[in-house]
Amino acid sequence: MRWADRSVALLRWLLLTATLPTLLVVIWWYASRDSTHFLFRPLSDIWAAFRQTWLGPRLVEDVLPSLSRLGQGYAASLLLGVGIGVLIGLHRTLRALVEPVLEFLRAIPPPALIPLIGLFAGLGDTRRVVIIIAGCVWPILLNTVEGVRAVDEVLTDTCRSYRIRGPRRLYHLVLRSASPQIMTGARQALAIGIILMVISELQRTDRGIGYAVEEFQTSFRYAEMWSGVIMLGLLGVALSLLFRLADQRVLRWYHGVRATEKGGRQ
Amino acid sequence: MTAAAHRTGHAAGRTGPPRTRSVPDRVRSLLLGLTGLVGFGLLLEVLARTGVVPARYLPPTSRILTELVDSAASGTLWAAAGNTVLTWAIGLGLAVAAAVVLGLIIGSVPLLRAATASTIEFLRPIPSVAWIPAAIVLYGPVRAGTLLIVVYAAFWQMLVQVLHGVVDVDPVARDTARSYRLGPIARVRWVVLPTALPYLVTGLRLAATVALILTVTGELFVGTPGLGAEILRASAGGAVATTYALVVVTGLLGVAANLAFRALERYLLSWHPSIRREVPA
Repeated sequence: MRWADRSVALLRWLLLTATLPTLLVVIWWYASRDSTHFLFRPLSDIWAAFRQTWLGPRLVEDVLPSLSRLGQGYAASLLLGVGIGVLIGLHRTLRALVEPVLEFLRAIPPPALIPLIGLFAGLGDTRRVVIIIAGCVWPILLNTVEGVRAVDEVLTDTCRSYRIRGPRRLYHLVLRSASPQIMTGARQALAIGIILMVISELQRTDRGIGYAVEEFQTSFRYAEMWSGVIMLGLLGVALSLLFRLADQRVLRWYHGVRATEKGGRQ
Repeated sequence: MTAAAHRTGHAAGRTGPPRTRSVPDRVRSLLLGLTGLVGFGLLLEVLARTGVVPARYLPPTSRILTELVDSAASGTLWAAAGNTVLTWAIGLGLAVAAAVVLGLIIGSVPLLRAATASTIEFLRPIPSVAWIPAAIVLYGPVRAGTLLIVVYAAFWQMLVQVLHGVVDVDPVARDTARSYRLGPIARVRWVVLPTALPYLVTGLRLAATVALILTVTGELFVGTPGLGAEILRASAGGAVATTYALVVVTGLLGVAANLAFRALERYLLSWHPSIRREVPA
């Protein structure tokens, strides 16, 4: 492509990407400028509150603890989900035995478990991490089971012929084949994890983003409350971008195969 | 077990022909599954009875089941479950209707799709629970407050699937429809819908799961009447067995929904030639 063509394409992309968001923010800014509504504060107030609230000490005191609990819960869910999922996926009898129980446990909406988890884990950080695990582990676990179950039979036979066993078989055949589906589960789990990160902090906590937003709401500081909503939005977007990067790295081989298949068909 | 293979994934494209299972095989896995369920219940019973887990944390399974039967007879349980199902259904319905209409419009106009992509990508990952404080202030503990977060969460799940489905339409089919001068409605009915239907059904299932989670969340934290509010009341009053019984009911509700949507999927897609590619949300 010529240089001029490329810059035209870039300009077009920039225009398409930036126009609508900019327009929305501008409309919001001007529409809310003279707002005296108790709840819908001017965007300029919210922006000022955002800078004051979140670019200060609260970043360390509220945002980091929340993210650290999410990280712990998510990592534990990945380990548990993939570990148990591989075990169940590889053994047919075990799978038939536990499948209905898992289907039931998965179907319980995780927030319903919060009071029960409070009984076991007290009210501290452990409880909040356990709440995150209780929601995140299911999509990962069930997708891992499905992924392991669907391992290509020709590949399985090939591995058997070459006597590839043990950890090498697990890594090169089982986990590799199941990885696209494990990543699907991991993506669903991340979305649920962020939700649970927030609601695990909604009652009787001392620190965290969810706690901060709730505190602003109960103390009628609505500009700060909206700035917290925006902060949560930014975190959600940042985490989903991070996940996309991880996905592209882990599944590079898979996206390559898919692209080739697509190209071949057209 | 095609339904299971349908369930998720990136990976569905690689799956070979569905493995047919003989009848004794199916009976065997059914029996094993029942054994698993009963065994799980017994295990919890034993853990509670022997005091490995204190009974005030985990009542024996038999007590939870008795509690379940008692509350089922009293009627409050049905009222709460009815409220939950109603909020859930209204929220899911609103979200799905809005997402399908908007998705069809945005998806069919390439310029519109390109212009809205960044906004959608930004709004979608905003956790719906971020709206809880706003919902409390705006509506108070009534159904509308919970609906706000339910609709927000379910809408994006569905919209993304609709967009993927509309984009996936075969260019040849689209051009053929144009050559035959099919009108917009006929084009949606005969060209877009058949391609997009698998995506729609997937979106519906994902949206339903998320909507149930947020319905219960709303009942717990916004205070809308329903199973979540009952759970909160029971646990605050120290009625541990009742709390467990209510949690079991939410689980049963979830299982029923999963089964219903899987049946719907099989019914709607019985004509579908291959296992479809499902784009994860």
